[in-house]
Amino acid sequence: MASGAWTSCRHLVAAQVRGQAQYRASFAADVAGSVLFGVLDVVEVLVLFRVTPALGGFAFGEVFLMSALATCAFAIADLVVGNVERLNVYVRTGLLDAVLVRPMGVLAQLAAMDVAGRRVGRVAFGVVIVAVAAVVAGVPPTPARLALLVITPLAGAAIFGALFVATAAVAFWWIEAGEIANGVTYGGLTFTQAPITVYGAMFRRLFAYGVGFAFVAYYPALVLLGRPDPLGAPALLGYAAPVVALAAALFAAGVWRAGVRHYRSTGS
Amino acid sequence: MTPVIEARGLCRTFEVTVSTGWLRRRTRVVAAVDGIDLIVERGEMLGYIGPNGAGKSTTLKMLTGVLYPSGGDVRVCGLVPVPQRTRLAQRIGVVFGSRSQLWWDLPLRDSFALLRHVYGVPSAEHAGRLAHCRRLLDLDAFLDTPVRQLSLGQRMRGELTAALLHGPEVLFLDEPTIGLDVVSKQAVRVFLAALGATGDTTIILTTHDLADIERLSRRLVVLDQGRVVHDGSLEDLHARYGSRRRVVVDLDEPLAAPITLPGVVTESVEPDGRRITFALDGSATTAGELVRRLAAVAALRDISVLEPDIEDVVARLYTRSR
Repeated sequence: MASGAWTSCRHLVAAQVRGQAQYRASFAADVAGSVLFGVLDVVEVLVLFRVTPALGGFAFGEVFLMSALATCAFAIADLVVGNVERLNVYVRTGLLDAVLVRPMGVLAQLAAMDVAGRRVGRVAFGVVIVAVAAVVAGVPPTPARLALLVITPLAGAAIFGALFVATAAVAFWWIEAGEIANGVTYGGLTFTQAPITVYGAMFRRLFAYGVGFAFVAYYPALVLLGRPDPLGAPALLGYAAPVVALAAALFAAGVWRAGVRHYRSTGS
Repeated sequence: MTPVIEARGLCRTFEVTVSTGWLRRRTRVVAAVDGIDLIVERGEMLGYIGPNGAGKSTTLKMLTGVLYPSGGDVRVCGLVPVPQRTRLAQRIGVVFGSRSQLWWDLPLRDSFALLRHVYGVPSAEHAGRLAHCRRLLDLDAFLDTPVRQLSLGQRMRGELTAALLHGPEVLFLDEPTIGLDVVSKQAVRVFLAALGATGDTTIILTTHDLADIERLSRRLVVLDQGRVVHDGSLEDLHARYGSRRRVVVDLDEPLAAPITLPGVVTESVEPDGRRITFALDGSATTAGELVRRLAAVAALRDISVLEPDIEDVVARLYTRSR
């Protein structure tokens, strides 16, 4: 059954790509735009370090690595479940009813129904930039660090993905919530791109620990760089991202299920 | 044999928010479906009609697992729709007249191929059903056109095919002929009639177009304000709701005084007064009595008696409940 679901998803994705290939100019513009978006992220870090030698106690290479890890994680999450942000459209137009009468999970269908090609461009860019940043920051190429370098964006993607799903699910209760979801998700990206030492204590407690954003890039980057946490957290937290990701995913799944249940009980 | 659809005391309430002033709101509970009992046997073709807001779509959504019932029991193909949604989805087909199941940017052919994977249909079965639909619904001319470029009639023929490719036991159609031109409507009806005649597929059809019902359904369920007000054949409906027969007479001269007989209503009089339409309500007065009476006071030129049509019955049913 599970393999059947995967096959279905794969075919749905392939169909999307074929559908979008019909709009070639628009596709090209999307890819170009997404790469530009990524480049601007890097430029932002460069510009910042022209006016300051360190950010929150970290040098350029170190911040660049955190930023790259966050960007890559976000891009992967956006590729896989980014489409759930359109849930409000599905709810409003009643298309969700059509989704509910097919023999597949609602989330899987939404994720597979509109995979934007431009998102593939962003992931490719994210992977390249992580590699570049690791070299610039001088991460020693030991097997353990390389493994962490691969696992971190994936776990980060799961954290972002959980956030996408949980905030999009708000549309089940409140259809006009689309912009709120964007604020939280894109705000999250910006938050994770900088070391958490730059934020005020309250803000840090809420987002870095409460939401789990510190595990997207900051703690793993500390381990990769071989630096102790200026805030005094144990180095072990650098390996905790998958656990946090799992917790976030479970939370998001709970919110999503509650949302679908609510939809069925209100029929909005 | 167990029925395909079994609903007992099916209810569905909605909370409606009414604004009663600036920032002030009140919620009111409205029963969209208010205790429906419905048993549908395998192979039946059921017409489900009612005015806007009568609860037709809400019922359909509860039967297909889109909505939770607020009360009552429901089983479709022996399954409880909401918790067993994906299993039920394999065994039913759904066409929403106003919502597409197809992929907007893909040709029909590709949408069909995708649905084969979504439903996990063996390719030989899929090919057989598709060939059947292509022949009966004349799909070949536009099988390679992206769905967004299809006319509404072509799209609806595509939707019907899409809903049938996995060989559903029950086909739910919500307003399948809405917005179609006469030719497309006819094509859809002929197809559905043929499908229903095989007896393999149970068909539940909601519609506003009563011609759909007259052509297709032997059994008619009329819904009003969330309740079943009629469940039976068309003839039963006429009998029960005292459908009006009409007597149209042509006279040489206008009547001097209006005719008054119990159960006879003068429905219309032509401007020259020489053609009058009477409606006979119930059996208080027969057409024969009316004609005898008329003949006594005026010179009759022509008489015709019109049998009631379903539009009239249903219109009366709808207005009575308002």
